[in-house]
Amino acid sequence: MKTRVEPAPELLSPGHTACRGCGLLVAARLALQAAGPRVIVANATGCLEITTSKFPQSSWNVPWIHSLFENTAAVASGVEAALKALGRQAEARVIAQAGDGGTADIGLQSLSGMLERGHDVLYICYDNEAYMNTGIQRSSLTPLGARTSTTPPGALSWGEVRTKKDMPAIAAAHGIPYVATASIAYPPDLVKKVKRALGIRGPKYLQVHSSCPLGWGHDSSLSIRVARLAVQTGLYPLYEVINGQLTNVKRLSYRSPVAAYLKPQRRFEHLFKPGGEALLAQVQALANANAAKYGFPPVTEGAEAEDSD
Amino acid sequence: MATLMDRVITSKAAVLEGSRAIAEAVRLCRPQVISAYPITPQTHVVEALAQMVADGALKAEFVNVESEHSAASVVLGASATGARVYTASSSQGIALMSEVLFNIAGLRLPVVLTCANRALSSPLNIWNDQQDSLSVRDAGWVQLYVEDNQEAVDTHLQAYAIAEDRRVLLPTMVCADGFLLTHTYEPVIVPTQEEVDAFLPPYRPQHYLTPDKPLTMGAFADPEYYMESRYLLDRALERSQAVIEDAAQRFNRAFGRHYGGLLDTLHMEGARTAVVAMGSVVATLRDVVSGLRDDGHAVGLVKVRSFRPFPKDALRSALRDVDRVLVLERALSPGGVGILAAEVRAVLQGQPRQPAVSAFVAGLGGRDIPVETLQALIARAQDEAVEQGFADLKAELVEEGDEDES
Repeated sequence: MKTRVEPAPELLSPGHTACRGCGLLVAARLALQAAGPRVIVANATGCLEITTSKFPQSSWNVPWIHSLFENTAAVASGVEAALKALGRQAEARVIAQAGDGGTADIGLQSLSGMLERGHDVLYICYDNEAYMNTGIQRSSLTPLGARTSTTPPGALSWGEVRTKKDMPAIAAAHGIPYVATASIAYPPDLVKKVKRALGIRGPKYLQVHSSCPLGWGHDSSLSIRVARLAVQTGLYPLYEVINGQLTNVKRLSYRSPVAAYLKPQRRFEHLFKPGGEALLAQVQALANANAAKYGFPPVTEGAEAEDSD
Repeated sequence: MATLMDRVITSKAAVLEGSRAIAEAVRLCRPQVISAYPITPQTHVVEALAQMVADGALKAEFVNVESEHSAASVVLGASATGARVYTASSSQGIALMSEVLFNIAGLRLPVVLTCANRALSSPLNIWNDQQDSLSVRDAGWVQLYVEDNQEAVDTHLQAYAIAEDRRVLLPTMVCADGFLLTHTYEPVIVPTQEEVDAFLPPYRPQHYLTPDKPLTMGAFADPEYYMESRYLLDRALERSQAVIEDAAQRFNRAFGRHYGGLLDTLHMEGARTAVVAMGSVVATLRDVVSGLRDDGHAVGLVKVRSFRPFPKDALRSALRDVDRVLVLERALSPGGVGILAAEVRAVLQGQPRQPAVSAFVAGLGGRDIPVETLQALIARAQDEAVEQGFADLKAELVEEGDEDES
């Protein structure tokens, strides 16, 4: 069934300075559209902040605060505590948002505190899998094999050697009522998850896979297609964890080989050079493990067609 | 002329631990969001506040966080949303939150923080000196140093009035020496709620986060705008000098207690030598200086109450007739020439009369500063100008004897 995204007043205005084809801005715009105007947003340092808030202009038509890199969850906790203390809880829902580095690395402690304390905040991690704002350095959400400026392939290196930290599982381990993953390639799904999350009291964690043409090294016209392939290869499963129960896993009617996802991205080009086969196989094995865990079909060789579901 | 009021303890006074007295003062200020992380010697303050919230004696959200960085960040977010907020810390906690302290000042949020002054590691040391707050000197906060527990109580009431004044809108740190004040029982007059409400009206923020009037806080400033933003912060601190004086005067009218505004003086009339110090050592110095006066020595005392803003004019005026100045430092700028002393020397630069300024580091890491030490330092400063000396250094513990030890 097709779900139409209802046109809503633009809360994240155009005119920001994000790159052409930026997946992050697509994700943030959709999330805010879904949330509506009755929100207060705390935003970590990073591309989303830098591209939207250069004084004296701002793209934000909602109350919005940027403090530092690692304290966004704590700032949002304070916003929520103040709304409670001032009897203004009905006034706004609170959203904290950060990139993968601001979430899974430097901001993990304050995020854990916010989740554990039970603040009524939706935390959105826009996962573009590296520190893009500072020039594509490796984060703990950088995927296996990826080239970043601090995991460069070389005579002794094949890029990132670790797999992504399972951030949604870490969030879920706090016993919070709602955890989900989403992708910019599936806007109705993303919108639905934001709305569902905001309907729940307590801490919520949503991680949105967001492509970055500059950091990933793909054509800016391919942002949505590349993000969709991450899902369709099984590398980025979309699911919800509601009250600790895995649910609503996005089903795949077929599964593309990971090469279909990796090939358009220069960050993985070394995997297709002589000697890269083993690492390529490891990435495929990760997708296969996800398939086993989430019930995806076997790889359909040559399947790269888009599933617009 | 002695400008100090007589500190007569009345029958209304209760004997309270300093931390408890501070907590009572904070309660009376009706903070709406409190967030803190435990660190000695700050803990008794926030434990007392937590109990007040638990008992319903204080209606506030008390947020137990996982670090000082988050404590400062929670009160930042709450203040930005329009709440009156409070946090407290010490030592490593101040160091850990220092990034946020700069940010709070840049955002011009009237946060009030108690710093229970404590030494910084390494070596680990939980006892008092003022290295913590002085290390965040340039964060853009108003910093007020108190001498005893009554002043600690009263300065917290003034701190909110200063911070929230629309001419200021700056975070304010009340610095009280750890253990020496926070863990010491003294008779303290705790004002009534009615008195405090009359002195400190509810916080009415001009700008705060609300969907009813969306605004962007914490926009980034490129080279076209950053410097002006910092300039305006500097101007606000300068403007706060008058507001600090006002708050002290207004407090005096309301409560009949006064500790000076930016600074306080004792026996400065006709003084040839002045001692300049901050914090609880001033209480000892009052006795020492008064004793020396009784013995015919022309010695006076200047208490720096506001270290930021630095009372440039008030200090120049206080020191205009002296020949010699002794600055006591309860902190160290390794490789430098003192922290307070450097500022004192700077404001005296170019004055018609140039007193010789001696600086002594004393009482680091909780070491006692006895009366005899203070007497010896004053005597020494009357004889020579010491760029930076260390009081009561144990020669047997350092590799070679320090020539400057007194």
